[in-house]
Amino acid sequence: MINKIVQSMADAMADIKDGSTVLIGGFGAVGQPNALIEGLIEQGATDLIVAANNAGVGHVGLARLMELGRVRKIICSFPRSSDPVVFETLYRAGKIELEIVPQGTLAERMRAAGAGVPAFFTATGVGTKMGMGKEQREFDGRTYVMEQALAGDVGLVEAWEADRWGNLTFKESGRNFNPVIAMASKLSIVQTQHVRELGEIDPDHVVTPGIFVDRVLHVPYGDPTGF
Amino acid sequence: MPDTAVTDFKPLNRVEMAARVARDIPEGWYVNLGIGIPTGIADHVPLEREVIFHSENGVLGMGPAPPKDKIDPWLINAGKQYVTLRQGGSFCHHADSFSMIRGGHLDLCVLGAFQVAENGDIANWATSENDTAPAVGGAMDLAAGAKRLWVLMDHTTKDGTSKLVQRCSYPLTAVGAVKRVYTNLAVLDVTERGFVVLDMAPGLTFETLQSRTDAPLHRAS
Repeated sequence: MINKIVQSMADAMADIKDGSTVLIGGFGAVGQPNALIEGLIEQGATDLIVAANNAGVGHVGLARLMELGRVRKIICSFPRSSDPVVFETLYRAGKIELEIVPQGTLAERMRAAGAGVPAFFTATGVGTKMGMGKEQREFDGRTYVMEQALAGDVGLVEAWEADRWGNLTFKESGRNFNPVIAMASKLSIVQTQHVRELGEIDPDHVVTPGIFVDRVLHVPYGDPTGF
Repeated sequence: MPDTAVTDFKPLNRVEMAARVARDIPEGWYVNLGIGIPTGIADHVPLEREVIFHSENGVLGMGPAPPKDKIDPWLINAGKQYVTLRQGGSFCHHADSFSMIRGGHLDLCVLGAFQVAENGDIANWATSENDTAPAVGGAMDLAAGAKRLWVLMDHTTKDGTSKLVQRCSYPLTAVGAVKRVYTNLAVLDVTERGFVVLDMAPGLTFETLQSRTDAPLHRAS
């Protein structure tokens, strides 16, 4: 019997290695797998490369992981937030590497990784700092830059519902990066608000099919708060 | 207000600027409004004129902000403000949401900017080459991907420096992307000739507008 549902945070975080690339879902606080980020802090892996849309708020979650010196490099589109103090302090001190990626390119690099596409061409960033040093090609008279896929060793995902096969649904704007992170990561770890029996989620409503998911932890925390 | 004291014209205020853009958005368009002043444009599009607003974080068919007691904590826009969803609205993931942008499916995107050049270049994400923590978000995708890019911004900086320029000095967001600029002084199309003036604030003359603009202006013919 396939059962991807794990019973403890320790089981969810097992075998995450130092030096891993970790993709983290969420846009602001919505759809952000906060419990799993806390679990990763507890688990202890270090020298991480983290890709997420933002670079943490205040001193909790991703900001805390960075503050503890566990993140070597952050890949994101928008490192500013209402309270980016940890990131900015580390960045000014040269203690964290930053790769800024346009938001759509970030999402597409993840989808490409999940789809087995090693690189693709996009018009985003042509003629800007983001396009510098990248291969350019012209198609039908327009210039494009090449962007490479971004795969995760580990993906941290927040879902609304999950079953033991790892089929997922999401809630409203909590979907954001989560489905592409599940696709793009070798080890996809999900925290879910609700666990459903197999067959209980209408197949037409499944957003992320279980093939993209490895572990599911039940974390019924309620509604997101704060950004 | 030196502008009104010295000369005899009245610049548009923020609300009037947003309303001026809203006038030009027809029913049926799919539209993304950037963070800041452009977000306010939606307030001036009447609900019966069906314009479908898109937000980068996977929301299509966005409605106005909810009253405080009706906030849905799962429903935010790209500026991380609480919003509502209109009947017919839908959610999608980030790669699909940016496919709407990058795949040329949006009829219009309106962004704020630091500078717009007469060749349509836009600079709106960083003001210097060594900005400590540059943050681009979805601006480059929107600027390069939407069918039309309009810019809504003040005509000059607070110290009077023109934001309409011959060449951008700040880091670019996209090259040759801007089609039209709405400012507190004028509406201008970006054409092969450069900036063409379509409309001016009440009482403003072409000569006065030119004196406040770094790039040469052209009259609509």
